[in-house]
Amino acid sequence: MALKLTPSQTVGPYFSMCLSGPGQDELVPPVHPGRVRIVGRVYDADREPIDDALVEIWQADAHGRFRHPADPRREPPHDPGFRGFGRASIDPSTLEFSFFTVKPGRVPSPDGALQAPHIGIIVQGRGMLRPLFTRLYFPDEGAANAGDFVLARVPEERRHLLVAGTVSDVTPPTYRFDVRLQGADETVFFDF
Amino acid sequence: MSRDGARRESSHPPYLSPSYRSTVKRSPAHAPLQVPLTLTELTGPGPGFSELVVEDADLTTNAGTGNAALGQRSIVTGRVLDEGGEPVPNTLIEIWQADASGRYAHARERDFPAPRDPNFTGRGACRTDADGVYCFTTIKPGPYPWGNHPNAWRPAHIHFSILGPRLVSRLVTQMYFPDDPLLELDPIFHAVPKEARPRLVSAYDHATTRANWALGYRFDIVLAGSERTPREEGGSWR
Repeated sequence: MALKLTPSQTVGPYFSMCLSGPGQDELVPPVHPGRVRIVGRVYDADREPIDDALVEIWQADAHGRFRHPADPRREPPHDPGFRGFGRASIDPSTLEFSFFTVKPGRVPSPDGALQAPHIGIIVQGRGMLRPLFTRLYFPDEGAANAGDFVLARVPEERRHLLVAGTVSDVTPPTYRFDVRLQGADETVFFDF
Repeated sequence: MSRDGARRESSHPPYLSPSYRSTVKRSPAHAPLQVPLTLTELTGPGPGFSELVVEDADLTTNAGTGNAALGQRSIVTGRVLDEGGEPVPNTLIEIWQADASGRYAHARERDFPAPRDPNFTGRGACRTDADGVYCFTTIKPGPYPWGNHPNAWRPAHIHFSILGPRLVSRLVTQMYFPDDPLLELDPIFHAVPKEARPRLVSAYDHATTRANWALGYRFDIVLAGSERTPREEGGSWR
């Protein structure tokens, strides 16, 4: 039996009254080994930062484990202090989203190799009738990125759009990943 | 287009739907890339996140003022299923909505002269039970004006967010009410392919209606994915 999907609708302008509770942007506690920050903006076609986007992330822990029954591996055990999923709305003063998390380990790809460390990202907002899926890759993983199962399927000239930048001289180590919804350097989105 | 892609395109609205004006500058120009799903997309948020959300399924009292919210008290219930018809248990559902006058309890709400209900927060959350069933008690929200086009009004709706068993089953949608004349005028509802629109409209359900208390509406939800869905509880989440 194949049931038909419930259609998607926009989160609209008021989601933050519900979908933006305290602590949801922290995937790890304030003191946690390997804690990093992810920060960025979401830009529209006019290159204006939008202030009503919802950004959600899902990733493996530092050992590359997902806290999920579909992860078939048993070792190493997943990090019990790590939530895996986070949610952030845009801070009206900085026009940025921000997460505290860890850099994920490598996880298997369908061909049996290991994927480069990456974070799955879902972007939604007013004016967006369905979610946009993208991925963040890390700038200090050149060799792993070069062999990554998903990046290899992205046209070469657009791959750099999925690699975060680094912000220097801040604690904890911070990566910058801006999302551009439309335009010449439009973020690569996936048809998931 | 892949079989999965065709399935989605027959159900979901396109990214660009110019009659909903805000989509024009917020929709990608490139078609999203088709890539095989990996473990990252086949897993997804579970108890580690949903424990952060306080479960509270009665919006008629959760303002905590001691007074009940104004409006037509309504029980909204249904099942969350995957495409194979299997229930999706223990998944987080969060809802938000306007009050009976069409006002949102949000600081940046577009203002219009209608009274706000101080006894209504407009938000609730629960997890589906072992059969995928959820149930909220709320009030029927009012329509409200918005700036998309002259004399534009959103039909009465409740926003739904469902995490689902994996990243790619994540769904945010809006539930509408039956026999609403504003549906035919609404560009957000109309962005959905015509044959899929009825799936967003709840059904009046007299079996759910409770005598001398509340009207009942049924709204079933089908998430992407068709394998047997993993459970948050029962020992399989490690």
